[in-house]
Amino acid sequence: MARESLRKRKTKALLRRAAVVAVILLVAVIPAIPIWMMYGWLVSQSFSGRVILGILPSKLTLDNWRFLWSPIKMGEKEYPNIWPITMNTLFLALGVAGLVVMVSSLSGYALSRMDFKGRTGMMQFIIALHAFPSVILLIALFVILNKLGLYGKGFMTLVGIVLIKAGLEIPMATWIIKGFFDAIPWDLEWAALVDGCSRWRVWRSVILPLVLPGIGAVSIFSFLSGWSEFLLVFTYVAQEEYYTLPVMIYHMIGEFIHIDWGMLAALGLFYAIPTIIFFSVSQKVLLRIYVGGVKG
Amino acid sequence: MVRVTLDNVSKFFGKVKAVVDLNLEIRDGEFVALLGPSGCGKTTTLLMVAGIYKPTRGRILFDDEDVTDLPPKDRNIGMVFQSYALYPHMTVYDNIAFPLKLKKVPRQEIDRKVKEVAKLLQIDELLDRKPAQLSGGQRQRVALGRALVKEPDVLLLDEPLSNLDAKLRILMRAEIKRLQKELGITTIYVTHDQVEAMSMADKIAVMNKGRLQQYADPQTLYNKPANLFVAGFIGSPPMNLVEGNIVEENGTYYFVSSSFKYRLPSGVGELIASETSSVILGVRPEDIKIVLGDGDDNVISGTVYVVEPLGRDLLVNVKVGETLFKILAPADLKLEPGQSILLAPNEKRIHLFDRKTGRAVI
Repeated sequence: MARESLRKRKTKALLRRAAVVAVILLVAVIPAIPIWMMYGWLVSQSFSGRVILGILPSKLTLDNWRFLWSPIKMGEKEYPNIWPITMNTLFLALGVAGLVVMVSSLSGYALSRMDFKGRTGMMQFIIALHAFPSVILLIALFVILNKLGLYGKGFMTLVGIVLIKAGLEIPMATWIIKGFFDAIPWDLEWAALVDGCSRWRVWRSVILPLVLPGIGAVSIFSFLSGWSEFLLVFTYVAQEEYYTLPVMIYHMIGEFIHIDWGMLAALGLFYAIPTIIFFSVSQKVLLRIYVGGVKG
Repeated sequence: MVRVTLDNVSKFFGKVKAVVDLNLEIRDGEFVALLGPSGCGKTTTLLMVAGIYKPTRGRILFDDEDVTDLPPKDRNIGMVFQSYALYPHMTVYDNIAFPLKLKKVPRQEIDRKVKEVAKLLQIDELLDRKPAQLSGGQRQRVALGRALVKEPDVLLLDEPLSNLDAKLRILMRAEIKRLQKELGITTIYVTHDQVEAMSMADKIAVMNKGRLQQYADPQTLYNKPANLFVAGFIGSPPMNLVEGNIVEENGTYYFVSSSFKYRLPSGVGELIASETSSVILGVRPEDIKIVLGDGDDNVISGTVYVVEPLGRDLLVNVKVGETLFKILAPADLKLEPGQSILLAPNEKRIHLFDRKTGRAVI
């Protein structure tokens, strides 16, 4: 008897497992297939002259990557060299990330730890601020850029865009980092004050090292949002040599007649590389989130 | 080393009165415990001495210098927190060296001092570890080391033993006391554990609801509690407290409760009756003798309710009418629940409190 019921139970467990696997397949794996196929196409297209059945590469070549060492020509039109464009993009992304981290790590601390009038109101306001997409601000921002003398000034326009983008990112980043500061017990801060720190030194030597995962998270998100920024650059940058990668890729897609799919795929992959590197490096930092004092 | 004086110190958080008009003088090199239930204002008081909270009113003096407005870093204090508050990203060595680095002490001297303190606290093996790799007891020592390394004028301890297991707590109790005497640092120790306070401190300040109840040495606190709160808080098992009235019959004074009548020693009755007749009688569990059979005439009769053997002695619960007495009796006494016995309180060791004010009348 006992053995039979055991067998029954085993079958039941097996069925339950099968059901779980089926659900996972249905929800997580199958929907991901088209996405992976697209990435697969991107990779195989970029390295081959011709693609069979949309995914199998044939005639392996590096010809599609020629934009790395020679001027980009598509049809009649010659595009600027890829490297200055990449540097522009990097400048935008790093500028945004740097500015966001600098401001939000201070403002997040203030909102988390300091008592001042209008603190709650300010926090609500921050959330509300984030509700505005940058597209509805385009005209107002144009006026401001123009007044500041940053419009149509080549590189300085990019600086202006860094300021705008950082400004749009800071509210959310502040909010995220505030959560990390909140998790640090007051005891630690008090201990540092007693040990001889000024408030500023406490922030620098004790609190900041403990919110590194938060800073990591914020810098990744703001870097990526700077790296992929399209609308602001597309709208405000007129000269080709100050384009960023997304804008250049956009212009190339616009080239209907002479479009070179192989090169476009390679360019897309090239554009995704920093994102991939950034994610694979920072993932560990993000997962290692341990904030808080040590309790016995 | 300094003398710490709290002069009429109050701290309010909005409407909450955490500490009210506290006056306390801690002499040079003295070990003082702030004792009270949670929320009584003892930690707030400590944080005010540390300079983390600023008193709403009053002054704090180190010797004769007014430090009320001085930031913590300029007070030269060492503090151990309940959570230890070790810096998780620094090694034990860096944790201990941190206060010295801030003082810009030369590197070699830091090294020497850190090693000296580590040796004193027997943590010299742990210097390379991170706090997360330490046990509770080790963390506690590191926290103590960090507080001591800068040779503070005042050492502040906020329930440093409450996160340790019972055995280690007893060990560290003695250790901290010895260390304090050895170094002679003026020390303020916050605890809610009366045994800790009694066993370690030179003097104890009992606090309740933000107010100082009594400030005295442990023996005085135990033998002459100033009020009902102190009487009930100090001592384990706690003092037996019974409400009643003072009644005079033919020139003799009696304490009369709803369940028994007890003759007061001559002299005591008059003294109390002149102040109030509505009182609370207090007798410590060890100050009542259990009498089997006939005793003298001034006894209270009751029945055994339950007997709790504690090893060294018995804790006997005795019902007298509706009142339950807890009495410590010799371990070899044979008692059965339901047994009728007589209780003879030690006349010299009874306490009487004014029922209205709670203040001790004798």
